[in-house]
Amino acid sequence: MTVANDQFTFLQELVYKRSAMVLSDSKAYLAESRLMPLARAIGISDTGEFVAHVRRSHDVKLEEQVVEAMTINETLWFRDKRPFDALRSHVLPDLISRKASARQLSIWSAASSSGQELYSVAILLEESFPQMRDWRVSLLGTDLSREMVDKATSGVYSSMEMNRGLPAAMLIRYFSQSGSSYRLTDTIRSKVRFQQMNLASTPWPSLPVFDVILLRNVLIYFDVGTKQRILQEARRRLSPGGYLLLGTAETTSGLSGEFETVSAEGAVFYRVKER
Amino acid sequence: MRVLLVDDSRAMRSIVARILRKIGIFDIDEAADGQEALDRVKAGPVPDLALVDWNMPVMNGLDFVISVRKEGEFRSMTIMMVTTENEHGQIVRALAAGAHEYLIKPFDEEALIDKLAILGFVGNLDEASSEQVHS
Repeated sequence: MTVANDQFTFLQELVYKRSAMVLSDSKAYLAESRLMPLARAIGISDTGEFVAHVRRSHDVKLEEQVVEAMTINETLWFRDKRPFDALRSHVLPDLISRKASARQLSIWSAASSSGQELYSVAILLEESFPQMRDWRVSLLGTDLSREMVDKATSGVYSSMEMNRGLPAAMLIRYFSQSGSSYRLTDTIRSKVRFQQMNLASTPWPSLPVFDVILLRNVLIYFDVGTKQRILQEARRRLSPGGYLLLGTAETTSGLSGEFETVSAEGAVFYRVKER
Repeated sequence: MRVLLVDDSRAMRSIVARILRKIGIFDIDEAADGQEALDRVKAGPVPDLALVDWNMPVMNGLDFVISVRKEGEFRSMTIMMVTTENEHGQIVRALAAGAHEYLIKPFDEEALIDKLAILGFVGNLDEASSEQVHS
């Protein structure tokens, strides 16, 4: 049996209450596959029955696990390609020339999921900007899900995950065999750090300022008020001249008047307007 | 564009062909082993892309890559291995022999399309535009 309509409504409300994300009705199909492992873990073989159990039990820990399972994103290496082309040809060269004396660069993947986005940036830096090897580069990934933070930190991926968008030449160079999986080399893993953080819970904890903030395919899950608060917080964490990247379907317009757009390689970045 | 599917499993060839047709690639030829593939390539027209399994009877996929790369005139042909062989060392060997990309079985439709995008045969990887196909 699958998840009934009123049960999905319960899940939508639960997810909204805990993470402020709005799960659209079109995500109902996800409930079955995402919740089944949790259901099995407590000996329930039916997701409908599992949702009913969550509803009755008011078990906070279990509710958190459900929210995590329903909000994880599928992630790819070098997702969408164009933003990475823009980073390589425009954004990073600009930052490198402006920060040449400080020799410091910080990049934040704000919904890092299982880590592919941030590791793709680390690989891009290694491949295309060898002159930055003696810079102080800080690469931070944060995610709502503890499980995702742990997975990202491990840097271990299955062959199914390796298939998604990673050029074979980079697999050879930056990964080694780990049983039937692949593990990022220490050179890459040592450059990144992941920690748990809930973007919807504002004000945000103390964070440094970043030269690039990757906030892709996150705002789509939030209501307007939360989107506005997140953009305001992000704006405060952008260094002068820093770049914010949103997902292709996302924009700051109608949410914040403080950003202007910069286009490169078909990708759109946002910068804080100069006054 | 013209694609040659090299796999001893007819079911696998038909699954891949179905995905290719879905994204607008209709000029598809098939071969059941490396030798048959080599004969096809030599007889022409030379495919733009060959998707090649590793373990096949008569001539395996790696030997096909080695043989076809010996013939200078087929250098324009892009080769991607599509195989259950998933060891790091095997991927190194295939690329050293002249394959451009590597897709590990089992894979899903999106993974194949991602790889074709890396090779420049389909458009940007945006979800919205993954159907764009270069001729």
